[in-house]
Amino acid sequence: MIDLINITIKKAHDSLVKGEYTAVELARAYLDQIKKFDKDIHAYLSVFDDAIEQAKKADEIIKSGKAGMLTGIPIAVKDNILIKDKIATSASKILENYVATYDATVIEKLKNEGVVFLGKTNMDEFAMGGSTENSAYGPTKNPHDLERVPGGSSGGSAASIAGNMALVALGSDTGGSIRQPASFCGIVGLKPTYGAVSRYGVMAMGSSLDQIGPFGKTVEDAEILFDVIKGQDKMDSTSIERPKLKVESKKLKIGVPRDFLKIGGIDKDIIINFEESLEKLKKLDHEIVDIELPNLKYSLAVYYVIVPAEVSSNMARYDGMRYGKRVSGSTGIEDYFLSRQAGLGREVKRRIILGTYVLSSGYYDAYYNKANIVREIIKEDYKKAFKKVDVIATPTAPNVAFKIGEKIDDPLQMYLEDIFTVPINLAGVPAISIPSGTKKIGAKDLPMGIQFIADYGREDKLFFIGKNFLGEL
Amino acid sequence: MLEIKDIEKLAKLARIELSLEEKEKLLKEVDPILGYVAQLKEVVSVVGEEKKAGELRNVVRNDENPNETGINTKNIVADMPASQDDYLKVEKIL
Repeated sequence: MIDLINITIKKAHDSLVKGEYTAVELARAYLDQIKKFDKDIHAYLSVFDDAIEQAKKADEIIKSGKAGMLTGIPIAVKDNILIKDKIATSASKILENYVATYDATVIEKLKNEGVVFLGKTNMDEFAMGGSTENSAYGPTKNPHDLERVPGGSSGGSAASIAGNMALVALGSDTGGSIRQPASFCGIVGLKPTYGAVSRYGVMAMGSSLDQIGPFGKTVEDAEILFDVIKGQDKMDSTSIERPKLKVESKKLKIGVPRDFLKIGGIDKDIIINFEESLEKLKKLDHEIVDIELPNLKYSLAVYYVIVPAEVSSNMARYDGMRYGKRVSGSTGIEDYFLSRQAGLGREVKRRIILGTYVLSSGYYDAYYNKANIVREIIKEDYKKAFKKVDVIATPTAPNVAFKIGEKIDDPLQMYLEDIFTVPINLAGVPAISIPSGTKKIGAKDLPMGIQFIADYGREDKLFFIGKNFLGEL
Repeated sequence: MLEIKDIEKLAKLARIELSLEEKEKLLKEVDPILGYVAQLKEVVSVVGEEKKAGELRNVVRNDENPNETGINTKNIVADMPASQDDYLKVEKIL
C-alpha cells in the first residue's frame, strides 16, 4: 500500500528511484482512489484512460536512470489548460466536445519531465466564480465536508489533492482562484507573480490578472512544480524571465494591514486563527509590524469593473463557429446569438453584460478608466509597503468553506469572499495560501488559511516563510 | 437604474439571445453591482484624474516561422461544428 496521505513529490521520487514501487503502481493507486471517492466529490471532469500508458513511459525513464524530480508524479490539471488531444471544456457547455489541438506551455514543460497526467479537474465555468458551483457539469464537493464547496474557481484541483486523488495539481488564479480553494481544502496554493508563468494554452478570462500556479500538500511540492512551469515563453508576450532569488535573512519582517482586517464580514474565528498564526510567526523569530494599505478597500470595486470588461472581450471568441457547440438559426448572425445563449452559463452571461456596459461609449470613462486609475493607487500601496516589510500577511478568505447553494443567488455576496485575494492580482505581486488550522462546525473540521504576499518576483520569500510556518524547514 | 431595454441593447451588442426570465434576473443582479462599483467615482474625485494607468506594455514577437502548412488541419477541422472539404461551414452571411 502506498501512503497517499503523507506522500510528497520528494518521497514519491525517492520511492520510484529506489524501486519501492513503480510509476504504474503509483498511478494505479490514484486511479483507484478516484474510482472510490470521486463519484461523491466530483473533482474531475475527465480521467485519462492513458494514465497507465504515461506511467509505463515514466517507468522506462526511471529504469534508464534519467528520472527528474517529477518523473512519474501524478498530476491533475484544471480544465481551462490545454493538453493536446484531450477534451478541454473549461466547465462550459459551449466547449462540451472541444479537443485541444496543442499543448499549453506549462503542459509541454511537464511532459518533458515525464509526469503522469491523471485527468482534468472541475472549475467554475471559464474560471468565473469562487465555489465551483458555476460548472456546467455540477459542483465539486469539499472533501472535508461534502455539503460544502471546495472554493473556486480551481475547486476541482484543490479537492483532488485534499481527497488524495492527485499528488499535485495546476490551477489558474485571476482573483483568488488558486489560494481560496487551497484555503478551503486545507492545502498549499501559489499565485505566482504576473508574467512568471506562461499562459500560452490557458483559456483567457481576465488577461491583465490571470496566472497559472501550483497546488500541493506541502510548500516544497508547490515550489518544485513552480520551478518547472515558470519562465519566459515567446508564445506569451506578458511572460518574463526572473532570476531565482534566495532569502537574504532568516528573520523576516511581516506586515499586517490592520485597517483592512476591520472591514466587516470576516468570521471572528478566522480573525482569532490569524492572530494565533501571527503569534506562531513571532515565536519563529519573525518581526510583526503594522502597515497601511489604505486603498485596498476599493479592490473589489476595481476588480468587478476590470474583470467583466476583459471577460466580455475574451468571451467573444466563443461563438459556436470554429469550434464548440453551435445552435443553428436561420442566418449566420442568429447562430451567434443562439449558440451563446445555449452554451454559456449564468455567471458568464452576467459578466459579459456588465463588461459590455462598462466598456460602452459614454460609460467607459465613468467605470473602466476610473478602475484603472484606482488600480494604480493600489499598486502604489504595495510598493510603499514592500519598502518596509519582506512579506504581508492576511487571512486567505473571510470565512471557511460555505454550504453549497448558500451564496449562489447573491453575486455580490459571492464576490465579497475574494476580498483578501483580489488586490494581489490587481497589483500583480505573488501570494501563497498556507493551511493555518481548522474550525469545528458540527462534527467537521473545516480548514482555514493564512496568505503571505511578497514583492514582484519574490516567490522565494513566500516559500521560505511558508515552509517555516508549516515546519517543513 | 437600468431598464429591461438597456439589458436588451447590451445583449444585442454582446451577441447573446436572452429569455425574458434571464433579462429580468440580470437586471436585478447587475444594478446592485453597478451601485457597488460606483464608489470608484468618489475615490478618483479625491485622488484626481491625472493618475494614468498602464506602465506595462505588451511585447510582440515577430510574425515569422509559421507552422508547416497542413500539420494541424485535421485536428482543427475535427473541432469544427460543421465542415466541408477541410473548410469551415457556416450559414450564408448575406
